[in-house]
Amino acid sequence: MQKSYYDPADLKKFGKISEWNETLGEKFFDYYGKVFEEGALTAREKALIALAVSHTEQCPYCIDAYTKDSLQRGITKEEMMEAVHVGAAIKSGATLVHGVQMMNKVNKLEM
Amino acid sequence: MPIQSLNKRESALKQSEAQLKILSNGIFQNGELPTFKAKISETQQYPLKAKKLEILQINLGYMCNQVCAHCHVDAGPDRKEIMTRDTMQQCLDVIKKTGAHTLDLTGGAPEMNPNFRWFVEEATKAGIQDFIVRSNLTIIRANKKYHDLPLFFKKHKVHVVSSMPHWTRGKTDKQRGDGVFDKSIQALKDLNAIGYGIPNSELKLDLVYNPSGAFLPGDQASLEKDFKKALKEDFNIEFHHLFAITNLPISRFLDYLVASENYEDYMYALVEAYNPLAVKSVMCTNTISVSWDGVLYDCDFNQMLELPVNSPVKHISDYNENLLEGRHITISQHCYGCTAGAGSSCQGVVT
Ligand code: SF4
Ligand code: SF4
Repeated sequence: MQKSYYDPADLKKFGKISEWNETLGEKFFDYYGKVFEEGALTAREKALIALAVSHTEQCPYCIDAYTKDSLQRGITKEEMMEAVHVGAAIKSGATLVHGVQMMNKVNKLEM
Repeated sequence: MPIQSLNKRESALKQSEAQLKILSNGIFQNGELPTFKAKISETQQYPLKAKKLEILQINLGYMCNQVCAHCHVDAGPDRKEIMTRDTMQQCLDVIKKTGAHTLDLTGGAPEMNPNFRWFVEEATKAGIQDFIVRSNLTIIRANKKYHDLPLFFKKHKVHVVSSMPHWTRGKTDKQRGDGVFDKSIQALKDLNAIGYGIPNSELKLDLVYNPSGAFLPGDQASLEKDFKKALKEDFNIEFHHLFAITNLPISRFLDYLVASENYEDYMYALVEAYNPLAVKSVMCTNTISVSWDGVLYDCDFNQMLELPVNSPVKHISDYNENLLEGRHITISQHCYGCTAGAGSSCQGVVT
């Protein structure tokens, strides 16, 4: 029996989420498809953004998918790791900046 | 450790039957994935039939100065299979009377066949529209006797198609061996210097990109853009087109897929990316591939799997275009590689 919460094989079944709500599922996939089309940003730039976000979201499915997608686009591992660091920097910065809220609160509460 | 051919390694997969067994069993035999035959039958495209011949592809031998990790020919310095002058003469007789507009010389490194130059000189006289030589680039720099190849190509106006896995040294050398990138760059500079690959030049220079791993090639147009930009900026190199080719699960690439435990996922990816529209343009429908010993195949891949044409004509010495036209093409699961995404052929995408 499968004992892990995440099964890599589930990524292939992603499309099936539409089965239980076709309307919303289709709307999501339409939107998703449009987002990743070449636009003001290149598809390559979008792949790197997606890779970084998949790390900050810590979604193993997205990490697998966008790692592969990056390789397919000829993106190098140095570029990929830099993108992950950008995500990590924003994530840690976002954590730290909330320290200001903590400081404000402490300053307000303390005599 | 440098890569060796399956042949040299005495690998079980050097036998085509062993490869075909992997391709037909497992996920295909237990019905988890549909066979290629079942898949193309869904759109009434089985049997695949050969149309009029347009491309004659001739493999001059499996000897090569490189041993690339993904090579579907299992070529390398230890491979001694090489086309003889007699078989070349039989090919020339066919070239003179064929209606094909493209002649495509492959290998191994076709230039390593001792009769290569003679053959090119003779074949040029037949007035083929597009005369392709698939050069791995490094051969030009491998030995002094090959340094003048660019001038030889120019003299005969051959269309040079060269493999280049990536615009960075790391990725290129990983797939094709240490030092390959620098030698390839030098060879490209040599070709550019005499007019190959320059915009509007008649001397055509195209590059071939194969993914360096268990994934499919991305969009050909954007890869071409990235290659052009990087090679121009970094080395002032120019070329005409980039052909993005999917690696077919045979030979050394199959061995790699199995050893790295990527085989099943790769086959899933190929089947998932199956595009019924690509079926009508797969290269076997307008190509004949002649092996070093003169046997006729539907394509280079069937040649490596030793699946000859399904026709009374099986050898270049009995060549008859009319009998070959309309033949049923021999297929197996490796054919999914030609129909994934935008499709794949020796000339890149097909849709
Ligand atoms: S250069 Fe071509 S023929 Fe030679 S080993 Fe590499 S892929 Fe095979
Ligand atoms: S592998 Fe050969 S026979 Fe199969 S589809 Fe591709 S070109 Fe045709």
